[in-house]
Amino acid sequence: MKARVHVMLKTGVLDPQGEAVRHALGALGFDQVEGVRQGKVIDLDLAEGATEADVTKMCEKLLANTVIERYEIELV
Amino acid sequence: MRAAVIVFPGSNCDRDLAVAFEQAGFQVDMVWHKDAALPEGIDIVGVPGGFSYGDYLRCGAIAAQSPICKAVVAHTERGGYAVGICNGFQVLTETGILPGALLRNAGLKYICKTVGLKVATSDSVFTEGYNAGDVIGIPIAHHDGNYFADDTTLAALKDQDRIAFSYTENPNGSVGDIAGILSENRRVLGMMPHPERAADEGHGGTDGAALFRALSGVFESA
Repeated sequence: MKARVHVMLKTGVLDPQGEAVRHALGALGFDQVEGVRQGKVIDLDLAEGATEADVTKMCEKLLANTVIERYEIELV
Repeated sequence: MRAAVIVFPGSNCDRDLAVAFEQAGFQVDMVWHKDAALPEGIDIVGVPGGFSYGDYLRCGAIAAQSPICKAVVAHTERGGYAVGICNGFQVLTETGILPGALLRNAGLKYICKTVGLKVATSDSVFTEGYNAGDVIGIPIAHHDGNYFADDTTLAALKDQDRIAFSYTENPNGSVGDIAGILSENRRVLGMMPHPERAADEGHGGTDGAALFRALSGVFESA
């Protein structure tokens, strides 16, 4: 089984990298961009029998810092 | 008086921190990240600056899961003293010993310079060598020093007088200009600036030495 974990900064937490990308897009003339948030995608190759609950534990313990980040799990 | 300084792969302020402790009279044990226990009889643990585990995933995230960090968590849960500087502060927030998190600097740049720090409280073993309101010059050297905590946590830090140091001119976007915070029992300090880099005449400034001298005063008389 494969799982894909998306980690994003929570709404309200400043994302300076996303802001820099927004500015750069604006400088290129893409003035239709009103906001950019940048995150991480983590792909996991899982052994037989692994469950979504296991991946949730991984996210809570290590993959995301829930003080500043939220995560979504996608089982592939 | 004994201090332990933790050494992770990628730590680069471990020796400086050890020297600062030694100059204040501590005997220092360097402790490798794979060790599962701290040496017996340690008075204080220092978690140094650097780039532990290459800062992969998030600064301090992998270090926080290392065997020695479990021992450091247990040490602080028993009421033990600890100080985390720069990457060490990031490690302490990732372990949950200290609240909040360190984000990328608001200006996105790595900043290496001496900044003005206001001593926000003198009520801790770390800051009692200063007067509240003193402004000292201490170097910062970080890319991810932008302190963040939610409103509830911030209110608690303020109400409980747990902000140890604040920036006189905020260099990195930290909420409330916060440069360093204390744990609830005031025995753990995390700070982004480097007092160990301002502890000797050769450093060009000695404003950080009072922090280590104050600690030695506490443990000498204990």
